[in-house]
Amino acid sequence: MQIPTGYEAGVEGAVLKADVRELDFYYGAFHALKRVSMPIHDHMVTSLIGPSGCGKSTLLRCFNRMHDLYPGNRYAGGGIVLYPDNTNLLDPGVDPIEVRMRISMVFQKPNPFPKSIYENVAYSLRVRGMRNKNELDDRVESALKGAALWNEVSNRLKELGANLSGGQQQRLCIARALASDPEIILFDEPTSALDPIATASIEELIIELKEKVTILIVTHNMQQAARISDFTAYMYLGEMVEFGVTDQLFIKPQKKATEDYITGRFG
Amino acid sequence: MVNAADPNAIRAVRAIIARAKRWDLFFSLLGILSLMVGVLTFCVLFLDMAIQGVPRLDLDFFTSFPSRRAANAGILSAWVGTVLVMAVTALAAVPLGVAAGVYLEEYAPKNWITDIIEINISNLAGIPSIVYGLLALGLFVYYFGFGQSILSAGLTLALLILPVIIVATREAIRAIPQSIHEGSYACGATTWQTVRDHILPYSSAGILTGVIIGMARAIGETAPIITIGALTFIAFLPTAPFSGEPPAGLFDWIFAPFTVMPIQMFNWTSRPEAAFTVNAAAAGFVLVFMTLAMNGLAIYVRYRLRKNIKW
Repeated sequence: MQIPTGYEAGVEGAVLKADVRELDFYYGAFHALKRVSMPIHDHMVTSLIGPSGCGKSTLLRCFNRMHDLYPGNRYAGGGIVLYPDNTNLLDPGVDPIEVRMRISMVFQKPNPFPKSIYENVAYSLRVRGMRNKNELDDRVESALKGAALWNEVSNRLKELGANLSGGQQQRLCIARALASDPEIILFDEPTSALDPIATASIEELIIELKEKVTILIVTHNMQQAARISDFTAYMYLGEMVEFGVTDQLFIKPQKKATEDYITGRFG
Repeated sequence: MVNAADPNAIRAVRAIIARAKRWDLFFSLLGILSLMVGVLTFCVLFLDMAIQGVPRLDLDFFTSFPSRRAANAGILSAWVGTVLVMAVTALAAVPLGVAAGVYLEEYAPKNWITDIIEINISNLAGIPSIVYGLLALGLFVYYFGFGQSILSAGLTLALLILPVIIVATREAIRAIPQSIHEGSYACGATTWQTVRDHILPYSSAGILTGVIIGMARAIGETAPIITIGALTFIAFLPTAPFSGEPPAGLFDWIFAPFTVMPIQMFNWTSRPEAAFTVNAAAAGFVLVFMTLAMNGLAIYVRYRLRKNIKW
């Protein structure tokens, strides 16, 4: 696939982790993403905002090739380049499973497997062929610690993940996404099914996590984007309207459309 | 707007609710009536059979071969035959049916060939069992040369219940939330890993239900078994493992001639003596009991499996 040159919106000092370049995507005949370009900076939180149906989740799900699971979905041009190895994630020659091993995902509704807490976290290691019990134990523990869940579950690892509260379940899913040491974690509206207290703990966790990993998050809560992200992209009707440093985008948006959306006049 | 504080308005609202609720009552009565038609019919039939047959049940009835004298006749060859044929049926139908269901749900590309296969499977479930019997007579008995054996009968019934198991497997898989499915793929799992670690374990309770429904149908089938040539009078058991003519093997019994419970019953009901009718009722009671026991076991296992599955 021919890849056009990158979107030149980098910020001084920030290192590029990935680069969306003039990406076109179709659900059947529906043109869902229209020449979308944006940079993803290493060890930063980048959020995607916009009204329902604007294509923010569609863009997120391109990053781990989730669209490949369903017939009729089509990457129609452009690509997503992952650095430092310059791999185009959407190249038909790149195995989607390889992509998902490098980039993990946390979903909108907590979706722990109906297995034990331990097995939920261990699963992303087991698919990578890890069999050694001690190694698994260590990695599960550090992932649960990384997801700020270890203290609550360390003595009940054999219990079902579904027995945890909603917020704990979502942190379990974060631990699962974290266990395999991914380069990027994708969050698809991770707090929309949670109460305000659980939401606050997840937000705090996301800010901590950027020490370890690059984060891309879809949210339809603008305050959330403002609170946790370093960069924000505003999308509308499948197009990238504006990308910028979060503070600047919210205080001094460059485009009228962005201003209308963030001031609540629209959407 | 009706003013809620106005007593007349409240009375009017109550009258509307009362009128609407009359339909609730009507439909619940109608429902109970329809249910009773089915349940009571079964109860009457079963009780009648039990009253006639249960006094005939004793140990000898289970350990005797059929006989010309009604008082000496038993169901040994019939129940052994039924158990063995069911074993062959389950061993053949479950792996094939589950594999086909998993393939259609997880692997098959969504195109017109898959659509045709799907429509065909649904239609297969509606084909009269005698047609399966004729197919099996040509295919298993003569073409493959399995003869009039337990193997032929088991495979015939397996074909018969295959659509039931395939459909149940697909339904059970579809009951797994999409989010669990995506969660597995997002971890980097391949389709096979997803099937092995998630799809099969979480759908096993539903699959088991389908298997039992299929087996319960198969255990009572008579027509296809007669077609492939089950005998109505058998006074010997299939060879036990390693006991037949050398070189004796573990599975010699699958080529043995056989009879099954419904055929034994059919045979007895067609005799003129009243004593044989009693035998038939007793055998019928045992057959229904075997089916109920199978269902009971399935309900228990399903409960155990479901206990650990919460979304």
